[in-house]
Formats: sequence, structure tokens, C-alpha cells
Amino acid sequence: MQLDPVSLAAILAMAASTYFTRIFGYWLVRRTTVGGRMASALEAVPGAILTAIIAPMAFATGPAESGAALITVLLALRLPLIVAVAGGCLAVVALRALLA
Amino acid sequence: MTRKDSGGEFTAGALTILPLLVAVVVYGLLFGTLAAQKGLSPLEVAIMSATVFAGASQFVAVEIWTSPPGIVLLGATALMVNLRHVLMGAALAPFLKGWSRGQIYGGLHFMADENWAFTLKRAAQTPVTPAYYLGLALPLYVGWIACTTLGTIFGGVLQDPARYGLDFAFTAVFLTLLVSLWKGKRSVAPWLASALAAVAGHELLPGVWYIALGGLAGSLVGAFMGPPALPAKYRETAKEGGNAA
Repeated sequence: MQLDPVSLAAILAMAASTYFTRIFGYWLVRRTTVGGRMASALEAVPGAILTAIIAPMAFATGPAESGAALITVLLALRLPLIVAVAGGCLAVVALRALLA
Repeated sequence: MTRKDSGGEFTAGALTILPLLVAVVVYGLLFGTLAAQKGLSPLEVAIMSATVFAGASQFVAVEIWTSPPGIVLLGATALMVNLRHVLMGAALAPFLKGWSRGQIYGGLHFMADENWAFTLKRAAQTPVTPAYYLGLALPLYVGWIACTTLGTIFGGVLQDPARYGLDFAFTAVFLTLLVSLWKGKRSVAPWLASALAAVAGHELLPGVWYIALGGLAGSLVGAFMGPPALPAKYRETAKEGGNAA
């Protein structure tokens, strides 16, 4: 069971900023209302972040990865999420073998 | 409120959240496996799950984890990925009347997508007690810590993750989360802006700054997509709560 000091510092940095996001909305609403552009921008953040994370792998790596991404999305529309994740991983293995 | 009432409220909350624990087990084991591939120890994963307790940001953190890890980058990335909590906390605020400061600021640490949604659902019918909220939150919290730690212990055995397509697992997890975040037309422009900025940033910038760039581009475009599609009732009550406070 090792605990690296730098890793611990990184984890605590994540913990501090995450706790801040959890209390800030409550704190803000007690003083003012979040509305208009600010609310719209905040609403778009999670989708924008997740899109940014997957974009290089899904669109700019190769046809096997792009194909598997499409298959994952199609599976996720109909089936439980974990089935879609497993299907996506299987698809990328199969497509890499086929297209290699 | 008597102790017995609190027990009943806690049980009601716990029974409500129980079916969702299946997903926590699967995602927790998967997260632990991926964390082990990046060299995190079970103890480090247990501490992260207990103190951060936010699945998406933890997956992102492990994806961009280096040794030694970038403290500022990880803190800033967690902040951006978890910004949705600001809106969630704002929506919850009017329903925490009668809670003590300790109950509010302690309870908010356990706010996750699942128990947040069920809390709002409950609040539409009857006042939400701290005991009910804790009943929703505690099984998720304990389950997440346990399963991520177990995943790290046993997932470390797996060699060569690409052979099983596990290098694609992050992308697949985030794609499934994206499907659930899809809000129709109002999602198209922000997500497109984010994808374009991220691919460009990935080519041109070092490290993982492409994630921040894409997130920023997407939320800037999102600012011009009109008001969020929160149920009108919540927006009204949120406003009243804000004025009253």
C-alpha cells in the first residue's frame, strides 16, 4: 500500500476544487440568481468537456477508433450503458484486427 | 424529528438508490482497473474516491495521470469537469431549508448526479430530510470507494490493456455519458465547437490542454444557446429561495 506524496497532493487538489463546485452553487443562490448567458454556459460545460476528451480518439486517430465510437453511441441509445462500453471495446479490437 | 422517523427516512432513501448500485459496481471496478494501469495504488484510489467522489472527473484524472502527476493541471481539470455541480447545487438550494449549516456543507460533499436527481424528485412531493438524503448518498459513497479500490487491487493483474480494447474504455465510457447528456438541437453547436477546438488543440498544444480548450470553446458557444431546459418549477422556486435568503 504505497502513498506517493505528489499523488496525494494531486488528489487533494482535485478534492478541493470538486468540493468547491459542490458548495458554490448553493452559496451563490443564497445571494443572487444564476441566469441568462452564465446559466447557459454552465449548462454546456459537462457536454463540452466530455466531447473534448473523446474528440481526438473518436475523430482523429483512425477508422477503427471512429467506427468503434459510432458503434458505442448506437449501442448506448438502446442498451444499458455498461453493455455499450463492453461492445465499444470489443468493436475496437475487432476493427483494428480487420483494418490492420 | 425522532430517531425512529430518521431511520425510516434513511431506509426509504437507501431503497430508492439501491438499483443504481449495479452501475456503481461496474464503473467502480472499471475505474480501478484503469487506475491500476496508470500506477495508482489501491490506497491512493481509495483516498481519491473518498475525497473527490465524482466519477467523470476521476476517469478524466486517470486518463491524464502522469508520474509524477501534474497537481495544478489535475486540480484545474477536476474543477472544469465538475462545474455542472454549481448548477446542481443551485437547483438544490431552496430545498435545504431547515437544515443546519453542518448538514448542508457536509451533505453537499455527497451530491452526485444520481442522488441529486432523486432529491429533486422527492422535494416535489415532500420536504427532503437530511436522513433521506443520507440514505440516497451513503450506499453510493461506500459502494464507489469499495468497488474502485477492489478494481485497483485485482485490475493491476491485467497486462496489455489494448489487447482487450481497454485503451478505448475511457472513450466508450464518455461516449455513453454524452448520450445521456444529449439535449437535442441545443447540444449540436457547443459540442461541435468543442470537438473542433479539441482536435486542433490535440495537434498543436502539448499535454492535455486540448481538453480545457475544447471545454472552453463549447461552453462559450453554449452561452448563446438560450436558457437551460430546467423544469420551470425548479427555476421559480430557486428564484424565491434566492430572494428569501
